[in-house]
Amino acid sequence: MSADTDTAPVIEWGSVTGWGRTAPTTARLVRPRTYEETAVAVRACGARGSIARGLGRAYGDAAQNAGGAVLDMTGLDRVHAIDVEGGTVLCDAGVSLHRLMEVLLPLGWFVPVTPGTRYVTVGGAIGADIHGKNHHVSGSFTRHVLSLELLTADGRVRTVTPGTPLFEATAGGMGLTGVILTATVRLQPVETSLMSVDTERAADLDDLLARLTATDHRYRYSVAWIDLLARGAATGRAVLTRGDHAPLDALPRRARARRDPLAFRTTRLPAAPASVPEGLLTRTTVGLFNELWFRKAPRSRTGQLQRIPSFFHPLDGVPHWNRIYGPGGFVQYQFAVGHGQEEALRGIVGRISARRCPSFLAVLKRFGDADPGWLSFPVPGWTLALDIPANLPGLGAFLDELDEEVAGAGGRVYLAKDSRLRPELLAAMYPRLADFRALRAELDPDGVFVSDLSRRLDL
Amino acid sequence: MKDAFGLPQSLLVLGGTSEIALATARRLIARRTRTVWLAGRPSPALDEAAEGLRALGADVRTVAFDALAPESHEAALGKVFAEGDIDLVLLAFGILGDQAHDEQDPVSAVRVAQTNYTGAVSAGLVSAAALQNQGHGSLVVLSSVAGERARRANFIYGSSKAGLDAFAQGLGDALYGTGVHVMVVRPGFVRSRMTAGLAEAPLATTPEAVASAIELGLRRRSETVWVPGALRAVMAAVRHLPRPVFRRLPG
Repeated sequence: MSADTDTAPVIEWGSVTGWGRTAPTTARLVRPRTYEETAVAVRACGARGSIARGLGRAYGDAAQNAGGAVLDMTGLDRVHAIDVEGGTVLCDAGVSLHRLMEVLLPLGWFVPVTPGTRYVTVGGAIGADIHGKNHHVSGSFTRHVLSLELLTADGRVRTVTPGTPLFEATAGGMGLTGVILTATVRLQPVETSLMSVDTERAADLDDLLARLTATDHRYRYSVAWIDLLARGAATGRAVLTRGDHAPLDALPRRARARRDPLAFRTTRLPAAPASVPEGLLTRTTVGLFNELWFRKAPRSRTGQLQRIPSFFHPLDGVPHWNRIYGPGGFVQYQFAVGHGQEEALRGIVGRISARRCPSFLAVLKRFGDADPGWLSFPVPGWTLALDIPANLPGLGAFLDELDEEVAGAGGRVYLAKDSRLRPELLAAMYPRLADFRALRAELDPDGVFVSDLSRRLDL
Repeated sequence: MKDAFGLPQSLLVLGGTSEIALATARRLIARRTRTVWLAGRPSPALDEAAEGLRALGADVRTVAFDALAPESHEAALGKVFAEGDIDLVLLAFGILGDQAHDEQDPVSAVRVAQTNYTGAVSAGLVSAAALQNQGHGSLVVLSSVAGERARRANFIYGSSKAGLDAFAQGLGDALYGTGVHVMVVRPGFVRSRMTAGLAEAPLATTPEAVASAIELGLRRRSETVWVPGALRAVMAAVRHLPRPVFRRLPG
């Protein structure tokens, strides 16, 4: 670590996209390895500013900065301290949740919130205020952040704690308040590294919503895969997978896992090829996949033991899975509407289903209470996320129509997924947007922190 | 910034009264474009074009720009880029000339070449440098099938477009990897003011069709767009016709 810190951070120009691989722009890529190098990079970023980037899992343009600097934070990757008794970890912002799991699971601790991929950094998790399958119980990631250190536009490093305006602007603030350097995060105790999972099928959307409403509170983790290509009476049919960390006594007496119940076991398949032709995912292929996926799920099964990766992160098993959409890339559309807006949710699901969007990765989840961040995404209610190939004709206009319905129902779309929202709708979706802009104007009057997302949506 | 579908929020039209450019602007304003700069020689037609786009809800400004005065391009366009990012530059100026007359009047023939080719070289380079500084943006160049193979009937115009086309292709390669995308658009016969009174060629198209092809090309990040698309195959064949056969083609 010490030997190479006195050399300059790596700087090169490169084309940058989000996980959806749309709208590439070029930026100066800087990879700081110390807090000092980060501060130098921010100070030297020039007129087009800088933005921190983690592992690039935001789908749209949140971690791009055309013509400016993009700070690759994965060089700041130290886990500084683990409180094994109290269950907290202090680590650099560039540490991934994968790394945290490797380090923490053997000690009997788990991250408080994990999204559908563990290849996100702690800094990114705070910047996007990510949520996971446990949102209805545990809330978003930043609810478990006890404090963080933030490098702000004036070059100062501030310690930011919950309950302050700067914390609430930074939680979900898409990296626009500054560069997060470290965070202290509260952890979740576990007895094993296995999950006890219940699976059931829902025949249609109403059945799904009813099941989630009635029994979600029994599970720490809950999510439903939904078949958006199913039509007619089957519209919104789904497979619910819900569960919790398996306690030690749930493991069979002579199971191999008994010997080392906290081992973090992962498997990775070969990566998706670098070049996949356009048009692999059509209505036919996706429809076939969805049919098989639905049929292979048990009608009802309880207490199945699954490893953490297969329960939380099935897609992480295929590195670069985003390439399967071909060179045109894809768009992820994720919105949330509140409780009482089930009619709007039904309407939108009906429209997506009628439009025959080839979407095989669609998930529906019931959100718990709203989170503290001014731009945090979750609202108490429902969220639906779906992936769609970007080259689908007329997709842009179709999603604009969905936006109107979402905004009309008092809902919002998720900025970490967004690559195409009409900026005029943002203020209606995020009522605290004016506060966010005001705080930014005061904290960063010269616009040191800027991203393609912030330019596009005028954040 | 452009969105995931390549739709721009800000547009600079070089040749602000071009019918193809205005059809494109209308189409883009209906989607994401909010800021439009129309660059051209100050004229009632330019103001009228701006007014027409304003009525669609865009913030439209005009800027004095003369393709025949390349020494002024840096200042004129610099002013536009200083006001904010431009997501799409549409290089749309060009004149058809009058082939029969121009063959007798070399000075007016050179004017066609200076407008369509050297004027575009200068404006194209100035725009490319500004886009490169931003790290993003598209430069869409309106070329023509007439540049693909010179014809007896319009080789003065055709040769100027051939020069423009080759320049734009080279510029696109020079900018590859810089975040700037260059798209060459080759329409066939477009029914417009420019071609009013001329005999229509096969596969004739409209400014609206060209606009729609440009929107699609932006989404696909295409480098070459033919309008209509069938011209790509037709011109691939025409390009290889022996001269004696080519000379005997009608038109």
